[in-house]
Amino acid sequence: MKIGFLNSLSGTMSISEKTVHDSLVLASEQINASGGVFGKKLEVVSEDGQSEPTVFAEKANKLISADCVAAVFGGWTSASRKAMKPVFEGTNSLLFYPVQYEGLEASPNIFYTGATTNQQIVPGLDYLKQQGVKSIFLVGSDYVFPQTANKEIKAYAKANGIEVKGEEYAPLGHTEFGTIVNKVKAAGAGAVFNTLNGDSNVAFFKEYRNAGLTAAAMPVMSVSIAEEEVGGVGVDNLVGQLTAWNYYQTIDSPTNKAFVQAFKSRYGQGRVTSDPMEAAYTSLFLWKAMVEKAKSFKADDVKTAAGGVSYQAPEGTVTVNGENHHIAKTALIGKVGPDGLIYSTWSSGSPIEPDPYLKGYDWAKGLGG
Amino acid sequence: MTASIRKLRGKLTANYGVLLGFAIGALALLLVAPAVLSDFRLSLLGRFVCYAIVAVGIGLTWGRGGMLTLGQGVFFGLGGYVMAMHLKLADAGPSGVPDFMRLYGSGQLPGWWEPFRSPVVTLIGVVGVPSLVAFGLGAAVFRRRVRGAYFAILSQALAAAFALLLVGQVATIGGFNGLNGFRSFFGYNLFDPVNKRMLYYIAAGTLLAMVLIIWQLYRSRYGELLIAVRDQEERVRFLGYDPANIKIVAYVLAAAMAGIAGALFVPIVGIISPASVGVVASVTFLIGVAIGGRATLFGPALGAIAVAWAQTSLSESFPSFWIYFQGALFVVVIAFLPAGLSSVSFFKGSLFRRRGTGAPRGPAEPLSPAQPSDAASPPQPDLSGVSAGSEPRQ
Amino acid sequence: MEALFSQLFAGLSLGSVLLLAALGLSLTFGQMGVINMAHGEFMMAGAYTAYMVQGVIADAGISLLVSIPLGFLVGGVMGVILEATLIRRMYHRPLDTLLVTWGVALILQQVARDIFGAPNVAVRAPGWLSGSVDVGVAHLPAARLFILALAVAAVVGLSLLLKATPLGRRIRGVVQNRDLAETVGISTRSTDRLTFFIGSGLAGIAGVALTLLGSTGPTLGTNYIVDAFLVVVAGGIAQVKGAVIAAFGLGLLQATFEYSTTASVAKVMVFVVIVVFLQIRPQGIFSVRTRSLA
Repeated sequence: MKIGFLNSLSGTMSISEKTVHDSLVLASEQINASGGVFGKKLEVVSEDGQSEPTVFAEKANKLISADCVAAVFGGWTSASRKAMKPVFEGTNSLLFYPVQYEGLEASPNIFYTGATTNQQIVPGLDYLKQQGVKSIFLVGSDYVFPQTANKEIKAYAKANGIEVKGEEYAPLGHTEFGTIVNKVKAAGAGAVFNTLNGDSNVAFFKEYRNAGLTAAAMPVMSVSIAEEEVGGVGVDNLVGQLTAWNYYQTIDSPTNKAFVQAFKSRYGQGRVTSDPMEAAYTSLFLWKAMVEKAKSFKADDVKTAAGGVSYQAPEGTVTVNGENHHIAKTALIGKVGPDGLIYSTWSSGSPIEPDPYLKGYDWAKGLGG
Repeated sequence: MTASIRKLRGKLTANYGVLLGFAIGALALLLVAPAVLSDFRLSLLGRFVCYAIVAVGIGLTWGRGGMLTLGQGVFFGLGGYVMAMHLKLADAGPSGVPDFMRLYGSGQLPGWWEPFRSPVVTLIGVVGVPSLVAFGLGAAVFRRRVRGAYFAILSQALAAAFALLLVGQVATIGGFNGLNGFRSFFGYNLFDPVNKRMLYYIAAGTLLAMVLIIWQLYRSRYGELLIAVRDQEERVRFLGYDPANIKIVAYVLAAAMAGIAGALFVPIVGIISPASVGVVASVTFLIGVAIGGRATLFGPALGAIAVAWAQTSLSESFPSFWIYFQGALFVVVIAFLPAGLSSVSFFKGSLFRRRGTGAPRGPAEPLSPAQPSDAASPPQPDLSGVSAGSEPRQ
Repeated sequence: MEALFSQLFAGLSLGSVLLLAALGLSLTFGQMGVINMAHGEFMMAGAYTAYMVQGVIADAGISLLVSIPLGFLVGGVMGVILEATLIRRMYHRPLDTLLVTWGVALILQQVARDIFGAPNVAVRAPGWLSGSVDVGVAHLPAARLFILALAVAAVVGLSLLLKATPLGRRIRGVVQNRDLAETVGISTRSTDRLTFFIGSGLAGIAGVALTLLGSTGPTLGTNYIVDAFLVVVAGGIAQVKGAVIAAFGLGLLQATFEYSTTASVAKVMVFVVIVVFLQIRPQGIFSVRTRSLA
């Protein structure tokens, strides 16, 4: 049985997507070693998305119509997902998308195994509120995810009596943060909510530290910095800063230890595991569980069987929501440690039901049309 | 006497050559390809044909006009976005608002979207918007005699600025995600394979039409003037022509072609995003033109299709190898085969032969905008054979 | 007051970064008309040099000081190799050098990806460059002050080289009239090569400096190359002072626009300003008068 992996193996996004590809490969090898899915060995067809949305759409088309794969796993940027969405809907095929994103989407043909906003950003804000933060400053890259996230953050802040002292966007790949950090410093907020993407984080945190701002005085809550990125930003620049995710390598559970161990022995002891990698790894096992429940590889059968499918993932128990095709996950706020790993300091306790349109939150009325 | 008869015969055979090449191209694109390719591959070819249309325009500005445009992505994008806006509005229905605006913005349609509800305005806009922008920019730049490297860098910065501007506008133009998820094209369902084939035929037909237009242009007095401007701008000026006007015409034409290509690209690929209009995309347009032979008639289009095809098939098998291959193509072709594959003796048929070559080098000014690219290429025999209106042989 | 001063400094600092990136370009572009798109990748090489040196010398301060001359050398040697293998053949085709060096840049980026991996690597800043310096009116980031000083030193060094040394006289001679210079016995070949060495070496230094501010990864150079070229175009060729004024001018403009709007809009506005400026002075702020046409 063929399945497709569609990640950017070249171009700017390959930094992140290669790691997701690695963990997908690991999952497929483990599944094959234990007898395959529904009695069939998996045959993986890998395609390179080249960090370009158009290529993602084209390769998705190729995987579906030329290779006839049962499901496709991959995508990273919202742009790549939005580009692939019509392809999967038009051909009624399945995509498993492993990255946290901005919500406001629920395609019947996509399973979202990363967090939606109410499983990552809202818990991040809850945590800041609990810590007594009275004002925040929003810094993000100039594209869909940060702008949407900040819209939601502002609505939350308004309802919860938190003052938003400023909102700044940097172009993707921007590396000059002198002015933005000046504005942050002058505003003197209680915390910074950071939705910057990729390289910009490095420049931002270096500038932040050089300007004399510290995690103790004005912590930065980041939603795009995982274990993989800490090394590139520099541990010195990040120690003590906060992150919001659903998985950290340091999670103390037998399932996670086995996952980390397997990953390291497959790819090298120096490698780390991160949230999107774990979500990708989990997505393959979730698909396996859905197929075995449906007793069929057909997209329609899998979709019907998906609701309620549960899997003991490295991050904890995750369950598929049959209506919006997201999964219930536990939110974890983490702190960057001096060893470059992230340690959970706060947990939502139990899995949070996915709510991509934030329908269950009063303060979010009017968002997302 | 005999000389002029021979010249006439040369003209005729040359035209036969072009017509024969054109016929082969038409046959391959309109009959052979649809017959042998699967729907998926055919729609890929449709995308490559869009690139080829851009390449034809670049052949005009760069090959014949010596203006290295590193910003064709801007015009490609303008045409593409105009078409995409119309498709979004058509999908949303009368007085509807595109889905992404309700998700990310206020749900209000900006006023400048409104005209593109009309199919007629859209079709005019696809050609008109890129042409107008090119005219404004060209008039500003060429009249002030900004050229050569300066023009190249400015056009590149334009592409960078345009992509940046688009990325920032999430609520009004889709931002980094671009515009996508189109369901119909002027009433035709885009998921229907028959309609996808129809789109391919439209694109292929457009490419053939563009090549015909360019061919007539190259044969005209204007074509001669354009080459003269490329090789010796000052002399053309002394002869009483304004080189700026000649350049602007080529630049605007190329922009219009890029716009049309972008408009066809949108329904074929189903998405237009800043990644398709930025610096990298713009430079990538050039490599096919360079390989095919920048100043030839068919070279740019053939080169663009070949390179895009190679990229797709190579990257399917060796992802990171493609980057090396692409880099090596730039280096080898531009440095060692400046006339493209047309300078390889095997291809020296009349179809590929260049004209107007062998210009003397410009004055010893390092930034001489003239593009005497031929000085380095091997001397080309039989320069006058194809050229309509060139010096008769003695 | 402090905000204003900080913002003024942010502009100057951005200017100094642009200047470091563009100084070498103004030399190679100015003298030889070579548009070297791989200049950004020479910066990347400088940044990776700093990373490698830090692997050998643990002390961040010493390794930074070692990296600067070494980065110069690495950038310079790469430049000479590029000059000797490719650019030498194409001096009369300036526009084609642009595309060839673009290809070289693509290859170098992929080489970096294959050697160092796609993710960014971390270069630690020395203790005395982390944090800020109190200058009375405001606290200024030490790393940015250091880069400003480095840029000034590079400009002074380059000016002295051009004004006061035999090599500098040869370079200026070649810029002003290549044929005449050749006629009076200057070896334009070796002058070209040396100029390229120096210009590319400056890119290496810029790369080392950038590790203090941003990420060190395969795409480091591409983030700066377009801006650096705009500086050269606005400044006019072949004059160090043009590049200096243009770099600081653009830096201050960008910072001012950015303070009142957003970073994206500011970049677009700066571009518009440059196009309008070139309407008034197509040759840039300064240019060398030659007797050649056009």
